Amino acid sequence: MFYRENGQFKTTYQSDQQIFAIPQDRWAILAIVAVAFVGVPLLVDEYLLRAILIPFLILSLAALGVNILVGYCGQITLGAGASMAVGAYAAYNFLIRVDGMPALAAILLGGLAAAAAGMMFGVPSLRVRGLYLAVATLAAQFFWDWAFLRIKWFTNNASSGSVSVADINLLGWTISTPTDKYLFCLGILVVFSLMAKNLVRGSIGRQWMAIRDMDVAATVIGIRPMYAKLSAFAVSSFYIGVAGALWGFIHLGSWEPAAFSIDRSFQLLFMVIIGGMGAISGSFFGAAFIVILPTVLNQVLLLVGGVFGLEISVALVSHIEVTVFGALIVFFLIVEPHGIARLWSTGREKLRLWPFPH
Amino acid sequence: MSFFLETLLGGLMSGMLYSLVALGFVLIYKASGVFNFAQGAMVLFAALSMARFSEWIPEWLGMDNLFMANLLAIAVSVVVMFAVAWMIERLVLRHLVNQEGATLLMATLGIGYFLDGIGQTVFGSDIYKIDVGMPKEPVTMLESVFDGGILINKEDFVAAFIAAMLVLALTIFFQKTSTGRALRAVADDHQAAQSIGIPLGRIWVIVWCVAGITALVAGIIWGSKLGAQFSLSTVALRALPVVILSGLTSVPGAIIGGLIIGVGEKLSEVFLGSYVGGGIEIWFAYMLALVVLLFRPQGLFGEKIIDRV
Repeated sequence: MFYRENGQFKTTYQSDQQIFAIPQDRWAILAIVAVAFVGVPLLVDEYLLRAILIPFLILSLAALGVNILVGYCGQITLGAGASMAVGAYAAYNFLIRVDGMPALAAILLGGLAAAAAGMMFGVPSLRVRGLYLAVATLAAQFFWDWAFLRIKWFTNNASSGSVSVADINLLGWTISTPTDKYLFCLGILVVFSLMAKNLVRGSIGRQWMAIRDMDVAATVIGIRPMYAKLSAFAVSSFYIGVAGALWGFIHLGSWEPAAFSIDRSFQLLFMVIIGGMGAISGSFFGAAFIVILPTVLNQVLLLVGGVFGLEISVALVSHIEVTVFGALIVFFLIVEPHGIARLWSTGREKLRLWPFPH
Repeated sequence: MSFFLETLLGGLMSGMLYSLVALGFVLIYKASGVFNFAQGAMVLFAALSMARFSEWIPEWLGMDNLFMANLLAIAVSVVVMFAVAWMIERLVLRHLVNQEGATLLMATLGIGYFLDGIGQTVFGSDIYKIDVGMPKEPVTMLESVFDGGILINKEDFVAAFIAAMLVLALTIFFQKTSTGRALRAVADDHQAAQSIGIPLGRIWVIVWCVAGITALVAGIIWGSKLGAQFSLSTVALRALPVVILSGLTSVPGAIIGGLIIGVGEKLSEVFLGSYVGGGIEIWFAYMLALVVLLFRPQGLFGEKIIDRV
């Protein structure tokens, strides 16, 4: 009833090629962004910002990067955690080794360093593909894990690879309270999502998708696989690297290599698969699912324990949490292998005809 | 020289253990095209079940015979692993037939989390002892050839022997029994196998059972070396380069690849690691596998990948 496109005619190329072609979509997205920028900081308390919303924003950015590589270019990666680590540690080094380096510039340079590292470890993708490639990208994960733990130069001779960064300053705005941090991450995420959406609609994005759908056929019609694959690795690692730098600088403040372990790589891949491969919105759904689920499970388990008067130890709660998490992931994959984004688009199709489906 | 030989032998022994875990990967990948990331969790689960049942069974039955307790615990663990295999096929894989590789990979990761969690919920999360009477004391060999001889851990030797026996048994099972023939047929071509009346579902259950058994053997051997504890599930990550190096589809390849990786790891750690700060064995194995992949994308022994448009 409200979500109809009858009578909306596109008379110019510009209106035909808009990101959100339907006015209802446009207004809805604008409303969401407005609520996120204005409403949320006013209404939400600090704990929620710190424990859920900031991790959600940063991990959505990382999931966006993984989605570009896995969902759009079809190259499975298990080294996303390593890209985050490279981004974080490179940004840290730019910040402390260059005098007067602005924090935002350090974060972006960290992303560029991650892009360079990602391209280096993306080279095997020219020879191997599929599951072999997935395991090959683990090489990056283990190499960087080791490098940041053992090579003291990267961590400025900190003992266990643990480094810390003071509150960062952006053109006189000191980002210290959770609200500041939230707004900073949100701003970056909005800009980067818009960029990603336009990238995947453009020429390079179409090349990625051609490579994903069938790389031999793509080569035959004149797409250079080396250029397409390596650019996907570079762009994706840049996104993940920036997310890693944000994770270190904004969310953690001080961190060690374990913050970007292989579990992080798995987690990011989960987000993309559960959210929806090859859909920008999928990254957000997936990140929300993975960030919120453990917190909710934890609360529910404590609640259930309270109702039955059971004293559940912290260790047991975490084990049960892992169990339920695994089961839910399998369940979701069975129910909707194409991810939450597909559920969402099915729902939208239904909504278009509602309330008179025939 | 004797130091070099010692390192080499140590590498061969640990390589044998890697190939035990790698076998689990290869078996399942060959038969169902699923890359089973849950293999490590299965090893942990089997080891935990073995450790705990060998503790509980004497308590329940009130007996004091270590040998009988171990035997019963192994029997119970085999049943448990069969149940796990059956449930994985029934509840998960059956519903994911014909999905993309990435989705299946994620599903096995989910299974891995589930097994990690439920194993530690049911069996507890401390470090448990597995005592199957493996000899612990080191022995000296070849004293007549070298000055001082070479020192070998007897435990490693027994473990390598058991692994070799398992591989032999598996080879006979695959080559000589009718079930083994059916398994190989399914591995070659699902549709063709189905068309001549091989029940796919049952074959997959059997394959997961066999993978469960190899997980149990690996769990017992690793568990009696390191204790049954959470870190066992990372053994699978150490064994991944083995399957990549040797190709995902070759059983003998898994053994040879395991030996190559085992030796490469030990030699690199001893002779290169000291220059760069140590601890390089974990990524060195991956780099070795990567270099091989650059020249042979299907691994050393894998079937040649043919592109069709």
